Amino acid sequence: MATARLLGASIKRREDPRFITGKGNYTDDLKLPGLTHAVFVRSPHANAKIRRIDTSKAAKSPGVVAIFTGKDMTGVNSLPCGWLLPELKIPPHMPLATDAAHYVGDPVAIVIAESQSAASDAAELVAVDWDVQPSVTSTERAAAKGSVQIHEVAPDNVAFRWQIGDGAATDAAFKSAAVTVKKRIVNQRLVANPMEPRACVARYDDSTGEWTLWVTSQNPHVHRLLMTAFVLGIPEHKVRVIAPDVGGGFGSKIFLYNEETVCTWATKQIKRPIRWTSSRSEAFQTDAHGRDHVTDAEVALSKDGKFLGLRVKTTANLGAYLSTFAPAVPTYLYATLLNGVYEWPAIHAEVTGVFTNTTPVDAYRGAGRPEACYLLERMVDAAAAALKMDPADIRKKNFIPKFDNGYQTKVALQYDSGNYGAAFDKLLGMLDYKKFRADQAAARAKGRLMGIGFSTYIEACSIAPSKVVGSLGAQAGLWESGKVQVHPTGKVSVFTGSHSHGQGHETTMAQIVADSLGIPMDDIEIVHGDTGRVPFGMGTYGSRSASVGGTAIVMSLDKIKEKGKKIAAHLLEANPKDMEYVGGNFVVKGSPQKAIPFGQVALTAYVPHNYPEGVEPGLEETSFYDPANFCFPFGAHACVVEVDPDTGHVKILRYLAVDDVGNVINPMIVDGMVHGGIAQGVAQALWEEAVYDRDSGQLVSGSMMDYTLPKADMLPFYETDRTETPTPVNPLGVKGAGETGTIASTPAVVNAVVDALSGLGVDHFDAMPLTPERVWKTAQAAKSKK
Amino acid sequence: MKKTVSMTINGAPQSHEVEPRLLLVHYIREQAGLTGTHVGCDTSQCGACTVHVNGVAVKSCTLLAVQCDGAQVLTIEGLAKDGKLHPIQDAFWEKHGLQCGFCTPGMIMSAHQMLQRNPRPTEAQIRHDLEGNLCRCTGYHNIVKAIQYAAEKMAGK
Amino acid sequence: MYPAQFEYHTPGTVREALDLLGRHKDDAKLLAGGHSLLPAMKLRLAQPKHLVDLRKVPGLSGIKEEGGTLVIGAMTTHYQVETSPVVKAKCPVLAAVAGQIGDPMVRNMGTIGGSLAHADPAADYPAAIIALGAEMVAEGPKGKRTIKADDFFKGLLTTALADDEILTEVRVPALAAKTGAAYMKFPHPASRFAVVGVAAVLSVDGGKVGKASVGVTGAGTKAVRAKGVEAAITGKGTDAASIQAAAEKAAEGVDVQADLQGSVEYKSHLLRVFAKRAMEAAAAAVK
Repeated sequence: MATARLLGASIKRREDPRFITGKGNYTDDLKLPGLTHAVFVRSPHANAKIRRIDTSKAAKSPGVVAIFTGKDMTGVNSLPCGWLLPELKIPPHMPLATDAAHYVGDPVAIVIAESQSAASDAAELVAVDWDVQPSVTSTERAAAKGSVQIHEVAPDNVAFRWQIGDGAATDAAFKSAAVTVKKRIVNQRLVANPMEPRACVARYDDSTGEWTLWVTSQNPHVHRLLMTAFVLGIPEHKVRVIAPDVGGGFGSKIFLYNEETVCTWATKQIKRPIRWTSSRSEAFQTDAHGRDHVTDAEVALSKDGKFLGLRVKTTANLGAYLSTFAPAVPTYLYATLLNGVYEWPAIHAEVTGVFTNTTPVDAYRGAGRPEACYLLERMVDAAAAALKMDPADIRKKNFIPKFDNGYQTKVALQYDSGNYGAAFDKLLGMLDYKKFRADQAAARAKGRLMGIGFSTYIEACSIAPSKVVGSLGAQAGLWESGKVQVHPTGKVSVFTGSHSHGQGHETTMAQIVADSLGIPMDDIEIVHGDTGRVPFGMGTYGSRSASVGGTAIVMSLDKIKEKGKKIAAHLLEANPKDMEYVGGNFVVKGSPQKAIPFGQVALTAYVPHNYPEGVEPGLEETSFYDPANFCFPFGAHACVVEVDPDTGHVKILRYLAVDDVGNVINPMIVDGMVHGGIAQGVAQALWEEAVYDRDSGQLVSGSMMDYTLPKADMLPFYETDRTETPTPVNPLGVKGAGETGTIASTPAVVNAVVDALSGLGVDHFDAMPLTPERVWKTAQAAKSKK
Repeated sequence: MKKTVSMTINGAPQSHEVEPRLLLVHYIREQAGLTGTHVGCDTSQCGACTVHVNGVAVKSCTLLAVQCDGAQVLTIEGLAKDGKLHPIQDAFWEKHGLQCGFCTPGMIMSAHQMLQRNPRPTEAQIRHDLEGNLCRCTGYHNIVKAIQYAAEKMAGK
Repeated sequence: MYPAQFEYHTPGTVREALDLLGRHKDDAKLLAGGHSLLPAMKLRLAQPKHLVDLRKVPGLSGIKEEGGTLVIGAMTTHYQVETSPVVKAKCPVLAAVAGQIGDPMVRNMGTIGGSLAHADPAADYPAAIIALGAEMVAEGPKGKRTIKADDFFKGLLTTALADDEILTEVRVPALAAKTGAAYMKFPHPASRFAVVGVAAVLSVDGGKVGKASVGVTGAGTKAVRAKGVEAAITGKGTDAASIQAAAEKAAEGVDVQADLQGSVEYKSHLLRVFAKRAMEAAAAAVK
């Protein structure tokens, strides 16, 4: 009997019933006997030496259990940096700052009390004698002469200087070019703001000498490894890290942070469990920030609009310390994507990473790839404008032609498969581009400022081939684990090293398993986020769960089926080589009546009375999948805007997206991730920005009142469609869908606003977000020049 | 200093001695043990803590427990009746109106009031009425679809 | 985030509340809807030792009409004002203003009296209160007094209310015949406070503006009357050119403050834009 394939079906999410009834299990929901509550004392200054910390008054505050400063944490090491570059300067990053604090929010003491209110009261009484120093927060000025020196190890505040591509070839391309276009591209600093603030509960069991840490983590094994091996020096196997339901991450919950490290250390000191939950104000100050690049970009062109060369000089702000994967983001995750979907004879990029007195910067949804995409797509439009070409035409002229298995870029990566023109053509069809241009002209005649912007993007995800990233400086492998445990009853537990914090793995991974085994999804559970139950895994980021984590599960399923064939063949007195697995049955090829159902094989494996020689009992397989390459989703997005000429306010009239994420496991879930990704990218273009006061170093956009997260009435329905170009890299043919929307959408919006104002003479914005004031002032300035 | 407060939450009477500074959301989460109501910010913006007090939606992070003495409180846990999901809960599931689930209880409680006051809202009205609830995952697309779907279902009853 | 400790009081009458204010003076704060005070207390920016909750005081909430004046109890919520049939009939602009404050949950709790007494420079009500010529009724130890809207807002978060007084009532004259009113706001996308907000009340007879009353909020440290605009439009027509010319005066006399939402130049420009829009809408609403 033919059954509908589960792969590719929009199946309702199995995790939803608990979320819609309020029964989710987030870290802050956890209650333990004897639980204490922690509040951190933080630096109110951007850069200050610590003369003395006096905790005596605070210690007498009612309900206080203990107070610790960095000096109490003897034998504890710096938080590690997990990605090294040549000559990278690594300043110490202690869990509690002892001698100096280098950004507003840098923790210096932990106050533990019987209640959170008591801890808050006492924290106010901790007296820190600060010796306030001048600070620098600006990306551009960090390495300038006369700037404040933040860390001794990093002269001029430079963490690294790095380059990629062919400088000589690029210089030659510029010399021979008919036209060159140069722009300042600023990619402003963002704050991830998952709706659930970071939290942890740390418990030390004195009788067993074991710890349990519940933490808002996208990768509990990585959390455990970094914390035990590098910082606290406690045995890895004595610590169980659990990431229960996690309310969004967007990258910000990948990293090892000060707070969970201090709580894990402190719970052993006080022999009681400790809970810490970030307030939103703390989250703004201490969750790793994203982006923050200042770039000069130049494109060399032939007269007829062929790209000849791209030259990029970027300064990337890393914040006050190196967060876990910080060096990778503005280098290998950024400049390797500067090839885009276009043919380039030559590319050269230089990146300088700088320290500033700001919150550490690390991966935020897209991580480097949105910065590359924004730069490239903005420059493509600027190039079109310089040549008076249509932005659609210049793209078509330069697309890499369709390919199925490999395209070598000028910046190290080899793309897997692509058909960039097809996605763009589909988009233009959805849009009715010609009609839009006619409507735009008619609107302009009436003084209305409508515009359209494109973004034909590519990204690298499915992170990552370990050998490759190892050669580039990663201090970890980036494979994934997948264990399939078949129970005697034929029910199946699947243990994945991926972690779901909104992605819906409990559904999509069960679809993979049910589709493969031909058993009901109800017979399958997906277990994730617990180092005590799941084999070592690398976690979820870089749009890797389906492609890398999913493939590890597929590999284990294949092993299960191979073993099952041996068992079934034995029961049927057939040759295992003649067996196939069809619709939940092990069948002798060509003899459909000779079949053993999956459940019977499972039972036989555990009750092996009639069993093949040399086959072990049990039915359980573990696989570790290390991908041979990245995957490269691509697509074409368009945004249609109208600008209010009086106020500069931008209204999004339409947003269209054609994405190619390879094969799709659950279209409903993929669409949902695309929607959310678009919203975040649009928000970077129009609203979001972490702003530091230049003089005081204070984060002045440090609340949801000041930092504009998008609301429902600021966004339209998104018009989404797909092309499907399966990747040859993994057996599922899936690429990755978690970040495409964020990567693609920012330049589409900015290009649309530039297009809307092009009639006034606007050809670029030096900075984002395109706040009403920035739009209005840019338009005014262009008008006055005309 | 402490005061006794009594209220019913989802029909069940509650009575505790609390500090006056205890916020309603912490009362619900810590004293009553109902952790479906979430705290997502500290400036009354995100709406993850939305519950109904005496029939109107409020941000329970911006209300003291002592202010609710004698009140009837409805939280996300009280919405399903006899094991049957409320149509709005069902709609969020059906239309994939959630991803990480953290904003969802507040979203649903907010949508619940929205549809009580305006059973057939337009898309624009839905979007406007959600201005007190933030979601970082969905881009709101499927939340709006879910509320439209719920409105249809509830009107069809 | 937890507020610092305080003692909580629930007076049953205005007199009791006044006694508490008198006894605890600067250590006491009145709690109305709490949507400005409690967030400040959570961040420990405000740490009153005594919190005097007005919710149990009878008679402070509700809306009635008395001889052409809307009498609105100070504890009346924004939602009540937004949806009040009598407000919508007699002074629809006030309902419209209430409906633009915060978000639905905030409007369920926030009160007109609390908002006015807090005097946030970006609040919506103050512009309308000024433009409508409302009066605030305050009760203190020495009895009641009435404060005109023009005299009420004194500065940043400062009003004419004395420390020992309670705002009990807002009296808003119903719109006169042949009068139109409108409130136009450029909201901050996150907080939804007014980056600028302009309320305009225009009486128009025979195509000419008889009386103009314009209040602005958001741009400066307090809501003020845009006297330049009023003078410029009075006696003129409601044609685009006249309105435009009058709107040009909108930033005059406003102590425009630069902040994350905008420079002085931009906010001054917005004041002119929204003064124009408010007057156009007010002229269109004349009945």
